[in-house]
Amino acid sequence: MTMLIEARGLDVAYGAAPPVLHHVDFTLRAGEIVTIVGPNGSGKSTLVRALLGMVPMTRGSLWRAPGLRVGYVPQSLHLDANLPLTVARFLRLNRRLDTAQVAGLLARVGAPGLEARELATLSGGQFQRVLLARALAGEPQLLVLDEPTQGLDQPGTAAFYRLIEEVRRALGCAVLSVSHDLHVVMSASDRVVCLNGHVCCEGTPSVVSNAPEYRALFGMGTQGALALYQHHHDHGTDHPDHPHDHEVCDHDH
Amino acid sequence: MIIDAFVLRALAAGLLLALAAGPLGCFVVWRRMAYFGDATAHGAILGVALALAFGVSVTLGTLVTALVMALVIAALQGRGWAVDTLLGVMAHSALALGLVAVSFLPGVRVDLSAWLFGDILTVGTADLWTAAAGVALVLALLVWRWEALLTATISEDLARSLGLEPRREQLVLVLALAIVVAVALKVVGALLIGAMLLIPPATARVYARGPEGMALAAVGLAAMAVVVGLVASLWLDTPAGPSIVTAAAAFFAGTVGGAALRRALISRARV
Repeated sequence: MTMLIEARGLDVAYGAAPPVLHHVDFTLRAGEIVTIVGPNGSGKSTLVRALLGMVPMTRGSLWRAPGLRVGYVPQSLHLDANLPLTVARFLRLNRRLDTAQVAGLLARVGAPGLEARELATLSGGQFQRVLLARALAGEPQLLVLDEPTQGLDQPGTAAFYRLIEEVRRALGCAVLSVSHDLHVVMSASDRVVCLNGHVCCEGTPSVVSNAPEYRALFGMGTQGALALYQHHHDHGTDHPDHPHDHEVCDHDH
Repeated sequence: MIIDAFVLRALAAGLLLALAAGPLGCFVVWRRMAYFGDATAHGAILGVALALAFGVSVTLGTLVTALVMALVIAALQGRGWAVDTLLGVMAHSALALGLVAVSFLPGVRVDLSAWLFGDILTVGTADLWTAAAGVALVLALLVWRWEALLTATISEDLARSLGLEPRREQLVLVLALAIVVAVALKVVGALLIGAMLLIPPATARVYARGPEGMALAAVGLAAMAVVVGLVASLWLDTPAGPSIVTAAAAFFAGTVGGAALRRALISRARV
């Protein structure tokens, strides 16, 4: 499969502070679904931003497929109440879209008819769908979601992830998403990368069948959109060459 | 009725200011830069003092100090100080320093109230051409960068993901703000420039359905305030700059009050 992004030995630091990311290797191929998980402050968003060239890296090499079309769904968007902005105008920011294209995008994300609504009056779920619609406007080869379900409840999160899967099936794009919840990732993920300043571990997610309490919580209620990711790793052997203070990945399994 | 040339020049200067202050003021409101505008405007007094001391044009002096002021604030932002504290320190220091500097000028009698509250009736033909050039530059900047500015205002992350640089867009606004301050100094004075940037867009917000509509409505409201305020000041013999701002404030009160009344009537009708 064609490579979309390849990073080797990536370091990112903000100012003089110790690097947020240290020696991260990361690859993403066309059509792949990859989820980055990690505790708060583990550099998940920073990694995504560095991969997209939104923050400069301090060391390492980064390659992106030439002309890579990226649809980016930002983590949060604080809109000043004094800025009147309809959904249609928001979708047209920096993009030329006709009325039919706007309607098509909104229908694709399951939010038809919202064109004339002001962004500030949307519910959390509607708002996320509109952000997704905007990201899809450029026919992306790669869809990037930075904690897209922040502020959504459990059913809302599940519905949103189901929507992402639908969209991906339709477009065939790669999906790179960030989740702050160590346990809940898209069940369709090909790969889960656990980050804590460095890559702690990565692998395929497996639905945990022998954990009925989690199954009850996430599995049934979400119609399989969410799954539990089990971490299999042995920390001592992960990065023998550079022991540092990130080494303790403090999450329960 | 014969309208004196100085009144027409005053009107032209006021309308030119309205043209630039409307859209720029919208960004000041959307980005919560109200204090930023004030600080830049107050710095202009220091510019007046420096221009008179060094014998250069006052417009150039105010433009340069407003720009330096705005750049210093932009550079200091996000370095540990709360923005409102930083702006308060800068705004009042610049104003005080400017007033002290003016008092040192030997042999120059400076009419301070003209710089603080404007002196629109003394606008000359040369002033008008300078103002027209400044306003044209501001409008060109805003039209050229409109989508990028709007995107960076809505979400810096979104802007970065599109390959835009939010800090560069902020510099565009800072430059436009410095130019508008230099133009507005003669019209409404350093203390009331902030009012012309804030009040018309705040009023326009009540009517607007989109960002472009809000900018256009702000231009219209600012222009109306200039006309009404100027006529009232001639008629009532009140200072022109404060009269213009008073007119703008009256439109704001009327609009917001009217909207509240309409809502109240609608909700009563439903009961």
